[in-house]
Amino acid sequence: MFDSKQIKTAFPILKRQINGKSLVYLDNASTTQKPQSVIDAISNYYQDHNANIHRGIHTLSEEATDAYEQTRTHVARFINAESPDEVVFTRNTTEAINLIAYTFGETEIFPGDEIIVSQIEHHSNLVPWQYLRQKKQAQLKVILLKEDLTLDLVKYRELLSPKTKLVCITGMSNVLGTIPDLKIIIEEAHKVGAKVLVDGAQSAAHLPTDVQELNCDFFTLSAHKMLGPTGIGVLYGKKELLNKLPPFNYGGSMIKTVDQFESEFADTPAKFEAGTPNIADTVAFKKALEFLEEIGLKNIFEHDTQLLDYAIERFKKYPEVKLFNPRAINSQIKAGGVLSFTVEGSHPHDIASIFNAEGVAIRSGHHCVEPLMKHLNIPATARMSFYLYNTEEDVERAEKALKEVIKIFK
Amino acid sequence: MDLYSEIILDYFKHPRNKEKLAEATHEAVEHNPLCGDIIKIYLHLGPDNKVDKATFEGQGCAISQAATSMLTEQLSGKTLEEIQNIKNEEIYDMLGVPISPGRVKCALIGLVCAKKATDQQIKK
Repeated sequence: MFDSKQIKTAFPILKRQINGKSLVYLDNASTTQKPQSVIDAISNYYQDHNANIHRGIHTLSEEATDAYEQTRTHVARFINAESPDEVVFTRNTTEAINLIAYTFGETEIFPGDEIIVSQIEHHSNLVPWQYLRQKKQAQLKVILLKEDLTLDLVKYRELLSPKTKLVCITGMSNVLGTIPDLKIIIEEAHKVGAKVLVDGAQSAAHLPTDVQELNCDFFTLSAHKMLGPTGIGVLYGKKELLNKLPPFNYGGSMIKTVDQFESEFADTPAKFEAGTPNIADTVAFKKALEFLEEIGLKNIFEHDTQLLDYAIERFKKYPEVKLFNPRAINSQIKAGGVLSFTVEGSHPHDIASIFNAEGVAIRSGHHCVEPLMKHLNIPATARMSFYLYNTEEDVERAEKALKEVIKIFK
Repeated sequence: MDLYSEIILDYFKHPRNKEKLAEATHEAVEHNPLCGDIIKIYLHLGPDNKVDKATFEGQGCAISQAATSMLTEQLSGKTLEEIQNIKNEEIYDMLGVPISPGRVKCALIGLVCAKKATDQQIKK
């Protein structure tokens, strides 16, 4: 394994004091902190290499283009895409999903067609499909959650039909940590001719990703949830699918030739990257990928799981506390290091305020998954989410804050 | 910590005026989409055009619940115009604890709802 205490030293922000206490950062499902190498890469780019890409002959433009394209090649390797041409840069996961909703939705979804989502989808993998449902008079069907907080794949099979055009599924729930069995979901969808989009915003940061082994049609991720900068996301798509789709935005960089009244569009991925992109952050994203690869995604997941289990063990001792993660119900289930919880008699906002007073950063609210909250019949939860720089001491600090919550609201 | 003073916790655990007001003349609902909180305020306008009873229902954090409960106690005797003119600072003073930017919405949801209610007369 690896020494998370040692890793912590690479992240300058984790040296901060919050309310007179050393920061414990447990809001990694929202966004992760950045190592010094990523921070340096951003300023280094602006100091030494800044130029617009794909158009200049001068040295700086060639350097900037090369650095930008190196990240694309690196992402392709990171998710095991067949080719860098299958990697499209976007602003974030949400924009990547919208790209598919607008382009695939425009050309492949017709009245009466069906789109399947699950009950644990983030709003970013639900609201675009609601839009499409309305615009194209399509049907939206939902894979339900079971008592053990995993998805009901028996019922899922019953939802599939020749009308199913697209299945949109998370790789890991940002509220429950649930990890759907993507292999089965994708295999079954393909049997009826449907395509599958995987929302990898959480899973790409915490589990190894192999899009060829999964055989998913589209995969999306956000750099900021995996040690990279904000403002950079990725859409992976199988090349033959991306080639068939119309462009998303129109303008510069996405064309081959332009006449006064019509244009010929560039090949993928340029076809989907109109305008000057977020070059500096894309360049810096490569450093984040290198950081993750050096430690290894398998090791990161194992570390997350250890902390999750430790937190479950520490928190379940308190009768006021209710935990929401499949492993809190059945320790045999594989789940992500995300632990939602409630404390009887106190609102999650108050829990987060008291944790913050103890220097512990957690999230409270509906976590952009309102339908799931309604299903669980709670307005909100407090949530701890772990990453490679978190330690057992961090969990102990969280437990200390929990005791304070119970004391105040008893 | 400072935020959870005895007074705030007392109003949270034993809220005053937390009931539906059947004879209300004005009412409004306000959501806080960030945390799923919901507050409903009822006002009853007396013959002298002053509020003589104000109540609330809903769920939320200690700050939103305590602030709204305390506010309902302050509304009696005020005209609708006076309610519209209540300043945010008066709520912070009433709470008497430091309100961080992240908790402003919680502190003010009751006031926002009360002001909305002054505009929403129940048609009978």
